[in-house]
Amino acid sequence: MSPTTSADQDRFLRISTPLSAEVRARLRAGDMVLLSGDIYTARDAAHRRLHEALVRGLPLPIDLSAATLFYAAPSPTPVGKVIGSIGPTTSYRMDVFTPTLIEHGLRGMIGKGNRSPEVALAIKRYGAVYFGAIGGIAALTAQCVKHMEMVAYEDLGPEAIRKLTVADLPLVVINDAEGNDLYAQAQNDWRILTE
Amino acid sequence: MDKKKPKRLRRIAAGRITKTVRNLFIAANTTLCDDVCDALRRALAQEASPIGREVLAKILQNADIARDNALPICQDTGLAVLFLEVGQDVRIVGGPLQDAIAEGVRQAYAEGFLRKSVCDPFTRANTKDNTPAVIHCDIVPGDHLRIIAMPKGGGSENMSQARMLTPAAGLDGVKQFVLETVEKAGANACPPIIVGVGIGGSLEEACLLAKKALLRPVGAKNEDDDRLAKMEEDLFRKINALGIGPAGLGGRMTTLGVSAVMKPCHIASLPVAVNIQCHVARHREETL
Ligand code: SF4
Repeated sequence: MSPTTSADQDRFLRISTPLSAEVRARLRAGDMVLLSGDIYTARDAAHRRLHEALVRGLPLPIDLSAATLFYAAPSPTPVGKVIGSIGPTTSYRMDVFTPTLIEHGLRGMIGKGNRSPEVALAIKRYGAVYFGAIGGIAALTAQCVKHMEMVAYEDLGPEAIRKLTVADLPLVVINDAEGNDLYAQAQNDWRILTE
Repeated sequence: MDKKKPKRLRRIAAGRITKTVRNLFIAANTTLCDDVCDALRRALAQEASPIGREVLAKILQNADIARDNALPICQDTGLAVLFLEVGQDVRIVGGPLQDAIAEGVRQAYAEGFLRKSVCDPFTRANTKDNTPAVIHCDIVPGDHLRIIAMPKGGGSENMSQARMLTPAAGLDGVKQFVLETVEKAGANACPPIIVGVGIGGSLEEACLLAKKALLRPVGAKNEDDDRLAKMEEDLFRKINALGIGPAGLGGRMTTLGVSAVMKPCHIASLPVAVNIQCHVARHREETL
């Protein structure tokens, strides 16, 4: 899922954050993209806090407008490196918080696994996009991270919010603004109906 | 022979256990096991889906990068699960066994730059050193201490399930439950997955059997029971017909292997547990 030859490059759309309305409208389930720019890590505990702040009308530690969140918590950074290993965690656990976050500006999400119908609906309504990253290739994925900065909730340790500057992070569009779902499509295409 | 004189106990220093546990968890997290690598290469050769092949190639490439740079294969370096075989003629000296293990886990996760992923269930406050470990201990004949370290990721563990079937459900019921569980797991458990199936015993024994089944080399069949060997083969085929594929992006290789273990159970029950393991399938062992 990353270009190795120049012919290969054509299969990937190069996009960058913040994701513009035009780019989001154009992306379709199954598109392979190389994402560059700033994204934030946020998973279970950070989502709980962000959601709580939104519900109570408190200020957020990050600007959610047109933001992209990476559901991830890296391993500790070895000496002399930018980051340890990093890859997606399973997204469904964020589903209870996600529609609210999308309402408040969130437009890109990176994770792995299915989303709830509510999230798929919010993605469609607000023209957001959910990207899948490959789980379990975290040493390789870390090579796309050029800079990392602690942003908020440091007490959460690995679950703190960090700003990552990524270059050519390979992703696949799973849920698009038209309501398509790549996981369902792909499984359908490859399922062998026998017994 | 003087019957009152007990057999001399072999002494194993707690410090040696700590060091072993430390090294095993670092090695397990940074070097993909050979059996898993071989299974992934076989899967790559068999995968018909182009994107599936790409994912499998990336997984193998990632393993090389991780090993060469001493980086974790996956950022989720797991809950520290250990299986111990403690020979009954062993005496641990220099401190409690549990403390020695906890210290080994602490050192591994600090010095190996592994992620600390353990927290309070309700407050979600991180314990910050990846303890407590989950320790399963078997007392066995002999004077050895076998330590198996199995860092277990949350994504695949979350997709695992246990169910108390009725005896009437039988082998077909077990297969049905396994298939349902795998299909529900979808992309969440980081396919291609390895499926551990524990049948029989009590509720907790079925779970333990399922996890132990994951320690068998990937793709090796059950040698003790033909019924299970056949079931594994059949499930392997059926799971790989689901279409989920590597990373859930569609393809033939949804599982690398199914591994089932069985024990007798109560006349009223048919307990079955499915423990799903992701493609990083980490485990390392050493016998002291
Ligand atoms: S399920 Fe396994 S490969 Fe996937 S993120 Fe968790 S530990 Fe890593």
